[in-house]
Amino acid sequence: MLSLRNINKYYNPGTVNEMCLFRDYCLDIGEGEFVSIVGSNGSGKTSMLNIICGSIGVDSGSLLIDGRDITNMPEHKRARFIGRVYQNPSLGTCPDMTILENMSLADAKGKSFDLRPGTDRSRIAYYRELLSSLGLGLENKLDVKVGALSGGQRQAMALLMSTMTDIDFLILDEHTAALDPKTADLIMELTDRLVHEKKLTTLMVTHNLRYAADYGDRLIMMHEGRNVLDISGEEKKNTGVEDLLGRFNAISIECGN
Amino acid sequence: MSSIIIGIIEEGLVYAILSFGIYITYSILDFPDLSVDGTYPLGAAVTAAMIAADMDPLITLPLAFLAGALAGIVTGLIHVKLRVRDLLSGIIVSTGLYSINLRIAGKSNLPIFSKDSIFSNSLVNSIFTGGLSIIAKMSILLVMVLILKLLLDAYLRTRSGYLLRAAGSNPRLVTALSKNVGFVKIVGLGLANGFAAFAGCVMAQKQGYFELSMGTGMMVIGLANVIIGTQLFGRLSFMKATTSVILGAIIYRACVAAAINAGMEAGDMKLITALLFLIILAIGNIRKERVRSLSAVGGHRDDIYKPGDAKKTFEGEGQDAQSQEHK
Repeated sequence: MLSLRNINKYYNPGTVNEMCLFRDYCLDIGEGEFVSIVGSNGSGKTSMLNIICGSIGVDSGSLLIDGRDITNMPEHKRARFIGRVYQNPSLGTCPDMTILENMSLADAKGKSFDLRPGTDRSRIAYYRELLSSLGLGLENKLDVKVGALSGGQRQAMALLMSTMTDIDFLILDEHTAALDPKTADLIMELTDRLVHEKKLTTLMVTHNLRYAADYGDRLIMMHEGRNVLDISGEEKKNTGVEDLLGRFNAISIECGN
Repeated sequence: MSSIIIGIIEEGLVYAILSFGIYITYSILDFPDLSVDGTYPLGAAVTAAMIAADMDPLITLPLAFLAGALAGIVTGLIHVKLRVRDLLSGIIVSTGLYSINLRIAGKSNLPIFSKDSIFSNSLVNSIFTGGLSIIAKMSILLVMVLILKLLLDAYLRTRSGYLLRAAGSNPRLVTALSKNVGFVKIVGLGLANGFAAFAGCVMAQKQGYFELSMGTGMMVIGLANVIIGTQLFGRLSFMKATTSVILGAIIYRACVAAAINAGMEAGDMKLITALLFLIILAIGNIRKERVRSLSAVGGHRDDIYKPGDAKKTFEGEGQDAQSQEHK
């Protein structure tokens, strides 16, 4: 469904600081796959997500979705079919607007932002229902500014908002990293539920090896712009945190860390 | 005495229109827009030229708004398409407009006293007769400002208005909603400068002339109004930010009148404005600090998640104005 073909990406090209991030990088992701991506800092995980979302361009290569070339499509147009949740919980919501206003915004994605009322009163019951599925009591705080919520609550909302309209892809960029362990578990369970309910093709970058092992049906370990591990199916099921940690350490030792 | 108070309210109301524009750019969009220094006199120039050519004063209102909106769109295009920094885009446009305004008006001072205006025509003169004539301008201005306020409030509750508010608060969310942030900024700048030119249009008709340098310092004055209003009345949850801005503009005019009354000369006004503005900003920041340390004690640590998205020019003020009401 999504394929990255021979992606080349350099940082600071033509200078002494030139750094090659991807050289002929290829990746194919099938429809409905839930892919966990792990790797050390600087291995290219987030850059890859940025390339897929269009936040950064590529030097050469192409991105295809269902055979359609989207390499030169601007970020905001790609967002039409991609939902993204960031590490920073305040990036997925609008802190100065109320929960209700945020839900209304998310609901209007893909429609025209014209002079119609920002909040459609007839949709409020639906928003309440969605919010109550989070189990955080947010359905009773519709008029509270999102900026007043905790990081976990905001991240739950961000997740809900990014999956509210029909999207093909869900991109999770270390979306539990800024949360405390208990909240992170909660958000991870919520993620898993949403992904399965909506049958979303999902890419999740995480530093939490347990999440990578427990969730998703494919696992990729990246290192210096390459996939050093790419397992799925039974092999993925049989891979535990210890195995991943072992691989991780092996790579790090190769690098002399 | 009453005529002084009426004068303060009249001036305050005109500046309130300008401040609606500044409220949009500074508080909502988080864009320090200096083009108002050029679009405010642009509105006045367009108006004076049209009235001097015996056009209906009423038609000058929408046309001045349109002229300002176009100039605001130019600022937006310079910023978004040519990637010029926000402050510089505004300076470029306001500098260019200085010459354009002169071309439009034909000379640096264009009087229109003798012509009909929205404040002085056969209809107005027949309603406000005798002793009532002293409150004619104030009443007309009050109605006009209230209508503009209600329109702006209504706009901010539309989908387009929601998007504008989101663009200032979290641009990434706008991208995530599959909308171009640049386009939203351009719309906001157009709207804001429309208000600024509208204020210039009303001012030209009120004072009876266009004057080339009338735009100097308008951004700072408008900003002072917005910040006075939102700082003083920001806590009152029943009061909308737009209402606070109107009151802020009137209070600011009152302070200026008091300073002149105390023996300051008209030429000292810009210095007083600058000092007043500095004091308000400083007080606002001190208060912000206190709130922050209090909330840190309470275990609320939102600020630690804000590395990339905090790009406020005058730390905190935009936030404050925004945490105002817009339900």
